[in-house]
Amino acid sequence: MTAVLEARELSVQYKIGRDWLTVLNNISLTLHADEIHGLVGESGSGKTTLGLSLMRYLDANARIAGGQILLDGDDLAPRTPAQMRPIWGSKLAYVPQNPLAALNPSYTVGEQIAEIPRQHMGMNRPDAARRAVEMLRRVKIADPEVVATRYPHQLSGGMRQRVAIAMALVTEPRLLVLDEPTTALDVTTQAVILDLFRELIHDNQAAALYVSHDLATIAQLCERVTVLYAGEVVESALVRDLYKRPLHPYTIGLLASRPSAHTAFVGNETRLPVIPGVAPSLSERSSACTFAPRCPLAIEVCRTHKPPLESADDGRTVRCHRWKEVAAGTVNPLTPQPSLPQGGEGEDVNAEKFPTLADDSQKPLVSEKPPSPLATEIGVGSSQKSPSPLVGEGQGERAVLHATALSKNFREGGLFARLTRRARAVHAVDAVSLHVNRKSTLGLVGESGSGKTTLARLIVGLESADSGDIALMGVDIPQPLDSRPASALAQLRLVIQNPNEALNPYQTVGYGIGRAVQKAMPNLAAYEIRDRVLWLLDSVRLPATLIDRLPSELSGGEKQRVSIARAFAAQPALILLDEPTSSLDVSVQAVILNLLKDLRAERGASYLLISHDLDVVAYLAEWMIVMYLGQMVEEGTSAHVTGFPSHPYTEALVSAVPSADPAARRGSIRLEGEVPSARDLPTGCRFHTRCPRYLGDICKTHEPPLRDAGDGHKIRCHIPIEELLHLQTSPLNPLSIGRGDLSHPKLDSPSLRERGLGGEV
Amino acid sequence: MRAISKLMIRFLRILLQRPLTFIGMILTVLFVLMALLGPNVAPYPFDDFVRDTAGKVIKRVPPSAEFLFGTDKLGRDIYSRVLWGARDIIGLAGLATALSVTFGTMIGLALGYRGGWVDEVVSRLFDSLLSIPAMVLALAALATLGASPGAIVAVIVLLYTPIVARVIRSAALGLRSAGYVEIARLRGESTAYILFREILPGVLPALAVEAALRFSYAIFLTASLGFLGLGVQPPSPDWGRMVYEARLDYARAPWGLWFPAGSIALLVISVNLTADGLRRVFRYEGSVI
Repeated sequence: MTAVLEARELSVQYKIGRDWLTVLNNISLTLHADEIHGLVGESGSGKTTLGLSLMRYLDANARIAGGQILLDGDDLAPRTPAQMRPIWGSKLAYVPQNPLAALNPSYTVGEQIAEIPRQHMGMNRPDAARRAVEMLRRVKIADPEVVATRYPHQLSGGMRQRVAIAMALVTEPRLLVLDEPTTALDVTTQAVILDLFRELIHDNQAAALYVSHDLATIAQLCERVTVLYAGEVVESALVRDLYKRPLHPYTIGLLASRPSAHTAFVGNETRLPVIPGVAPSLSERSSACTFAPRCPLAIEVCRTHKPPLESADDGRTVRCHRWKEVAAGTVNPLTPQPSLPQGGEGEDVNAEKFPTLADDSQKPLVSEKPPSPLATEIGVGSSQKSPSPLVGEGQGERAVLHATALSKNFREGGLFARLTRRARAVHAVDAVSLHVNRKSTLGLVGESGSGKTTLARLIVGLESADSGDIALMGVDIPQPLDSRPASALAQLRLVIQNPNEALNPYQTVGYGIGRAVQKAMPNLAAYEIRDRVLWLLDSVRLPATLIDRLPSELSGGEKQRVSIARAFAAQPALILLDEPTSSLDVSVQAVILNLLKDLRAERGASYLLISHDLDVVAYLAEWMIVMYLGQMVEEGTSAHVTGFPSHPYTEALVSAVPSADPAARRGSIRLEGEVPSARDLPTGCRFHTRCPRYLGDICKTHEPPLRDAGDGHKIRCHIPIEELLHLQTSPLNPLSIGRGDLSHPKLDSPSLRERGLGGEV
Repeated sequence: MRAISKLMIRFLRILLQRPLTFIGMILTVLFVLMALLGPNVAPYPFDDFVRDTAGKVIKRVPPSAEFLFGTDKLGRDIYSRVLWGARDIIGLAGLATALSVTFGTMIGLALGYRGGWVDEVVSRLFDSLLSIPAMVLALAALATLGASPGAIVAVIVLLYTPIVARVIRSAALGLRSAGYVEIARLRGESTAYILFREILPGVLPALAVEAALRFSYAIFLTASLGFLGLGVQPPSPDWGRMVYEARLDYARAPWGLWFPAGSIALLVISVNLTADGLRRVFRYEGSVI
């Protein structure tokens, strides 16, 4: 394995104010040809800085404080930007996170790609233009000649990212640095792009560094992975070794705090293990072990001496004083899960502190097998009675929210277009009905263009539906926000995705929450309001001292918790959570998800959870709706939808979600093409243009019916239910690996049994 | 309250870091003090003729220890006149600025938040108003209304309110779709509450910069109108007027021109430096101030 780039004891510092603070400390890393090396870290770990440092692409307020960066043997560290310029773009290439920001909006993509061979390879214009088209073809863009004449804003996210990749690869570089390139993309698009990466890097025999916070993507894509914490390498190994047997307590905690690592199906009272504390800021990093303040295994030596990066067997390195004990299995940072007795639906759980890694650092814990990453432990199945209290059809009295046939079309174009009826309609939401029962959670899953955000805005009242009704607590409410009575407003609250935008930067935390309390309970005295604010802060496990802080002084996770506290201020019956954890780190996400479960149990509130992340939704919601292009395509319990994704779209969605267990590569069902525009809906079934199970003309001409598979499980497809379900249980279906005892009531039908099919798998 | 004081302290600290801003602010403060206390400090009333021991009026005396700025062609102490005149120009310009900022903010907030056809109509109205050159409009208005201090303030307010409104409107437009504003709407907050408690603080940076800029323009406009004879009438020590009168006499008593003109220039420059400093502070600090 040829080493393309080797970093030796690399240290990088930033100038903050007047001091130089160390961002990266003694990083050693080797990148080989034809190998994708993953770099995992949370925000503040320095992973982006490392990626850029390896390319010697740093701002003026950063400097390399030590070490070497050897590219094919040449040290890049002492080079000036002028000396680096011939190397940038030709030997080193970079694919950024947000392609829209990286592409020049004033030039066509063809021109932008062509600029590179002209600059670095001395090609003339016509040759360079041809090469640009060739590159577009290599990244699997259809009609590359046409696309080359388009501008970046005319392309979809997936296509833009492919253009960025084409630009990076046009000079056949030795090293490719990819900085979270799929974070901004839908899961189905991401799956295709990841496949593309692997293929192109292999073709080019290049080395690649894939920087991400998403462990699952790295597990699917990379061969080797390095974990970064507080600017240091804490562990580095082959991917399969790391995921099967992590050695560093941080890695163990990180892997365990993902919702996909714990099945949702074991009743609904599991809590995610959480790494306590927060990552240290640049100035707070300890000169001993940087993870010691949060480490459940920390002992005296951890606080006084920095652990060296030691080699374990088979090429692994780990930086921990106690790694040998972890490897031997004599200590384990995770506590056992307190699973509560089943059947206690909605009871006030004795909500003590959610489990964290042990506080007592001296006593090693009893070794406990970490939960299997696959949904094999099934609570749902023939052993549990069907979840009727949660699902119930037409149980209006129990429904907190009941939306009927909501539709919304947006009209494009200004005044003139509207007058002359030339305005095109954007069909955002099409006759979607849903209901949320008391003390239950409904999950809404969809990718961009599915209409889920619009649907949320319709329910909450920020948009008015063109048709359809909304009933809250059994009472019909008018749609426009201004016409709703105050009592209705108090029952429905919203938590939004971006915690920075959710709080007014000029208001203290205490004021923000206090105002929500005041609006909901106008007759309270000032001291009563303050008491309630303190109580709310306590319920989201935030210290009372935050009451006078401004949002700019809080971290993302803390801001989101304040947002949640504020949502609970009015004691609403239903809280709508719009991607509540999408912008947060994995470990912070675990805290928030635990919190949401606790609060749900304590307050008896219902949630409507919207997310593109299937694992998060499956973790919190009992019932799921999958949306595509404004319609609901599948509806059912989380177990069924994620375990038996019957609709072809759901199937593709589930298979596209990367799994952090490299051994269980989920099936590779890939969707061709792009999501059609909502302005120009496909005829018949909206999914037919990309459907892997396309039947025939009927899909193009007739809208598929909404079929009932029993127990409220509904699927919108022309394919008969039995066949869809049968397909799910067929051993040929890559998704049916590890489904365990999961069974579907419909599979028990006599007709299937006669044919020798169905029943339990 | 605590939030405001915390923000203010942080803001002032950053603001005063740049030397130019610091100088600009100090000078502006000095001028304002001059406006407030000038007449108390001035050795002579503004219309008094200075006489020597014999009782004869001393005209055109160059700057000296006794007469810091010298005397003008009529024998009046220029130093005193400058001190007295500060009140007129800063008072007029200040009042006009305060009024235009107040009206402009209220209109701008309403237009930016609500939008709709009212916004379209009013914005076009403002655009047409602003397409007329300021001086032409001022002259026409003052010719009709007569050149009183009230008329001058009215003209300046008429000219500058649309400008402030436009700036505030675009700031409010940006904030209208912020998450916290939508959540406030979902709580059932009234439009007034949202405009004043949620949006206005976010608009303050733009407002502060614009107010400082308007002030500097207003000063200059007032001085120009005074120069043209449309300001406060003589013998009142309107700086612009002083420049006009001294211009004719420049060959014999140039200092009569230097000091009023220099005062106008220095005041405008220091206000501009302050405005510039504010602009930089707000840009660097991002969302919070």
